[in-house]
Amino acid sequence: MPDRRQLDVAALRTRHPQHFGGPGRERPVAIVFAGMFLLLVLGMANLGFFQWKTIAGIGKLWDVILLMLPPDPGTWSLFQLYFWGLVETIAIALLGTLTAAVLALPLSLLAARNVTAARLVNFLTRRSLDTIRSVDILIWALIWIGVVGLGPFAGVLAFATSDIGSFGKLFSEALETADHKPVEGILSTGGGRLLSVRFGILPQVFPVLASQILYFFESNVRWASVLGVVGAGGIGLQLAEAIRTLELQQASFIILMILVAVAMIDFISSRLRFALIGRRERTS
Amino acid sequence: MLLAALLVAIALSSVAAEVSPSLFWAKIGNFTGYFGRLLHLDSGALVFSDPVEWFWGIGRWLRLLGETLVMAYVGTVLGAIGAFFLAFLAAANVTPNRWLSMAVRRFCEFCRTVPGLVFALMFVIAFGLGPMAGVLAVAIHSLGTLGKLFSEVVENIDMKPVEGVSSTGAPWHVAMRFGALPQVSSSFVSYALLRFEINVRESAVLGFVGAGGIGMDLFEAIRKFYYSDVSAILVMIVVTVALIDILTGMIRHRLIDLVEKH
Repeated sequence: MPDRRQLDVAALRTRHPQHFGGPGRERPVAIVFAGMFLLLVLGMANLGFFQWKTIAGIGKLWDVILLMLPPDPGTWSLFQLYFWGLVETIAIALLGTLTAAVLALPLSLLAARNVTAARLVNFLTRRSLDTIRSVDILIWALIWIGVVGLGPFAGVLAFATSDIGSFGKLFSEALETADHKPVEGILSTGGGRLLSVRFGILPQVFPVLASQILYFFESNVRWASVLGVVGAGGIGLQLAEAIRTLELQQASFIILMILVAVAMIDFISSRLRFALIGRRERTS
Repeated sequence: MLLAALLVAIALSSVAAEVSPSLFWAKIGNFTGYFGRLLHLDSGALVFSDPVEWFWGIGRWLRLLGETLVMAYVGTVLGAIGAFFLAFLAAANVTPNRWLSMAVRRFCEFCRTVPGLVFALMFVIAFGLGPMAGVLAVAIHSLGTLGKLFSEVVENIDMKPVEGVSSTGAPWHVAMRFGALPQVSSSFVSYALLRFEINVRESAVLGFVGAGGIGMDLFEAIRKFYYSDVSAILVMIVVTVALIDILTGMIRHRLIDLVEKH
């Protein structure tokens, strides 16, 4: 009796060659992976991964982790200091996010193709938004510190400027997906362009915008906790100080506080988001 | 009701964050003035009039920018490799063990909630000043975010191929390799590319805490008020980020086309 399995495979291979991975089909993927791997190894060598210092560092890292346990704020007054730092952090994130959203809305109208017909205006607005976005929030924070001085206000302004870029892009994309029929309806009753945007487009996209604002608020609370590292207010100042002076138990306590606060805010704001746009939101 | 709560929250936050419009209006001139100064050389001439003088440190900055890119690349790849393995453990539909899945999820959550800069600060203590600390910070943060995204991709797969492979008696890792991986690989690559874009931006500021890359020079220039240096470095960062965005965008579109063709 001949080996039927062998026969079947051979027959299938001739009938459906596209389902059998031949050497020709796998080769490009393999080359790309090999190239990426080579780049990885070269990069690691370049950055000093394969040196004695690194291996010693792993030992030291272990010591650092041991020194962080258990988390301990030290004294009651320090705990109060951290608590207010955390409140300040959340306040910075809230105000910065809202200000950015308010400022970004008119810009997103200029960037959206279905609202502003002039291609040149679209293009210029988009490029400016991209430029704002590609400068990191910490750089904005340093610039604003130079303007209004050290403190949380600089942090608020940093979020306000840096998020204009992201919000402008996201809002304009949301605007562009809006249905055009309500706009035509309003135009046909004699309403002007501005009215058609206000009553034709904005009601459609408002829930999406609100959920994006909430989402950014969540992520900004995380980011706000590092603004203090450069002196722009919030708990990051205490955290950076604790790490730099090797008060590692206090540092881990602060990290723990941030984790709890972020978890609580995530919980509340995801509830709000679901209430705004329903549970089935995952489109992309 | 909700609006009232929001207004109260804004008012309280304004007090907590020491918001002061009067200070803002008094000092806004500094902001525009700052950008004005960014565009002038020490000699007082506009930067565009003498590009050679403006970019006097281009050799050093390009090297640091290269280091930043390498940091972002190595960090992303290491994070993605870790996330790749964790994703299959964390995804609710294919996890070998529910408790393991819980543990992996919490771990990823921890890695992504603690900001990269905080990790960098701690790694600087362990590894000393230099890019090593930055790479590890980028890698851990990427592990957290990609772990979550990857596991969500795995949770959305069609389970039939996995069941098919399992029904032949194949062990778990084989079922994952031939049942799940072909469905998720292109999304994984796409997310990793997006993460790379973000990491380039992040790596550029890790130098603020001494963790390598162009951030160190930028921080120094800002702190020492070398205005034209600040603008030169910023221009280089913005251009690099834009180029990377365009490049990864092209690769991602190719990838999507590739998937749709199959």
